[in-house]
Amino acid sequence: MGKVLMKGNEVIAEAAVHAGCKYFFGYPITPQSELVAYMARRLPEVGGLFLQAESEIAAINMVYGAAGTGVRVMTSSSSPGFSLKQEGISYLVGSELPAVICNIVRGGPGLGNIQPAQSDYYQVTKGGGHGDYNIPVLAPASLQEIVELTQAAFDIADRYRTPVIIMGDGMLGQMMEPVDFGERTEIEQFNKEWATTGTRGDGGPKIITSLELDAESLEKRNQNLQKKFALIRENEVRYETYQTDDADYIMVAFGTVARITMNAINRARHEGIKVGLIRPISLWPFPDKPFIETRDRVKAYISVEMSAGQMIEDVRLAVNGRAPVDFYGRTGGVVPTQEEIYEKIKSVAGGVTI
Amino acid sequence: MTMKTVFKRTDGLTDKPTHYCPGCTHGVIHRLVGEVLEEMDILEDTIGVASVGCSVLSYEYFNCDMTQAAHGRAPAVATGVKRVLPNRFVFTYQGDGDLASIGISEVIHAAARGEKITVIFVNNAIYGMTGGQMAPTTLIGQKTATTPFGRDVAIQGSPIKVCEMIATLDGAAYIERVSTHDVPHIQKAKKAIKKAFETQKKGLGFSMIEILSTCPTNWGLDPVESLDWVKDNMVPVYPLGVYKNSEEVKK
Repeated sequence: MGKVLMKGNEVIAEAAVHAGCKYFFGYPITPQSELVAYMARRLPEVGGLFLQAESEIAAINMVYGAAGTGVRVMTSSSSPGFSLKQEGISYLVGSELPAVICNIVRGGPGLGNIQPAQSDYYQVTKGGGHGDYNIPVLAPASLQEIVELTQAAFDIADRYRTPVIIMGDGMLGQMMEPVDFGERTEIEQFNKEWATTGTRGDGGPKIITSLELDAESLEKRNQNLQKKFALIRENEVRYETYQTDDADYIMVAFGTVARITMNAINRARHEGIKVGLIRPISLWPFPDKPFIETRDRVKAYISVEMSAGQMIEDVRLAVNGRAPVDFYGRTGGVVPTQEEIYEKIKSVAGGVTI
Repeated sequence: MTMKTVFKRTDGLTDKPTHYCPGCTHGVIHRLVGEVLEEMDILEDTIGVASVGCSVLSYEYFNCDMTQAAHGRAPAVATGVKRVLPNRFVFTYQGDGDLASIGISEVIHAAARGEKITVIFVNNAIYGMTGGQMAPTTLIGQKTATTPFGRDVAIQGSPIKVCEMIATLDGAAYIERVSTHDVPHIQKAKKAIKKAFETQKKGLGFSMIEILSTCPTNWGLDPVESLDWVKDNMVPVYPLGVYKNSEEVKK
């Protein structure tokens, strides 16, 4: 297919189509509306269906209905809209239905603004809706990476019967980069005998529900969910490291902030500061391994975020008190600059230069 | 001596005993829906969507594939199912708290889109499951847990007449209000339910049957008094009849 120049939101949509997603229920909200519009035009071309719901709540519940029939289905939103979807997401988890939900994060809280942010980190990684649950969250840093991770999101959803979140900031959604979708690969087929498609020819009625009135039965259900989450923790951790082998200091950043941080690292390296990067790609499960491998020799970690400091809690848990954890963040939709991050590295490193 | 079967359980329902209170007509309405699905021979082509409220466990009673929806969202869930499986029959089974209050948006927009689903809307003028609080359909002057002095228009506004409202939407193809307060009305209710499913079969659009029902427990009446209360108090506020009957698919 070769490289095409596309906008981030559209890349997510096209990647979903490549992953076999034929159903999309959405509601417009900036800065992710191009995704919805792209699906409206694209899905009919592949024999699929796009439907604009009357609200984010309706959209996620349409996803719930469609997911119950066993098809690959998706919705997307941005922060305030994503909050509304949390009700349905909790039900998807409780009923063990696969779906992909994209959150292109903007500044908050409340109506906030439409500038890029990462301040939904807590909401996507710590459950968000009611009940004990976690959802796999994938955070691409480039438009090319979106292609791979969107495919992965649908596969993880089907493999574990769980909703999966793709989280990007508004910058990722709005930026344009050349992207190669590659050759269309075979879509893995999953057993979906649980789906409610009418009972003809395959035994008795099937039920999809998250209701379990008996306390001990519900606890059993929760224990089974926790086993599934443990399995996901075991198998679905993704991260990238950059120049961490000899690093005295390790930056931690995800999404587009990781790219800006990488440039700051290059500059600091040029100045003789041994600094590297851990880039979590799966925000949940959070990658503990690269921290465990480095925490006894690193002088400090610095979490860089477009939030007031949310991922830093997971960094601290992974470091487990073995090294200091510092933080640099901008909020409200302000994107940290390479210069600011470089200055932060310098101040933590005590101005060490050769 | 040969025995002739004059009455039998419908295959439209499972063997599971229902949890409904004595005198509640949910059981009757379940049976009507089950009989219609059985008689139309569509049990194996049907996906039902259960609601939140007294009928929350209806997925255990209908003998077809069932999905449990969040409070009020059943028409959105049904939309998702039907849009993927246009050749299947999809129905929601919702009470008045579920449909007329928290889920009013979902049902209005499903109707406006002309979703080819059937909504079974059970109206007993009160929240049952949560313990007898005011519903949007609670009658003026009716005492409930949250209108202890009776529903006052000046404070709580007026009852929502769902059939009248939905019938104004172009996507609504068949809208009828029926009652379960006596046998002739129960028979009429069954015909209406059948008509709604036939409307779906023909692809005419959205169909909804509102069924006036009892709540002896929360009304504080015995079963017989409850049936009279439906007839004497609810029917005058919620007139029975066909509110919309489109015979052709909207272009």
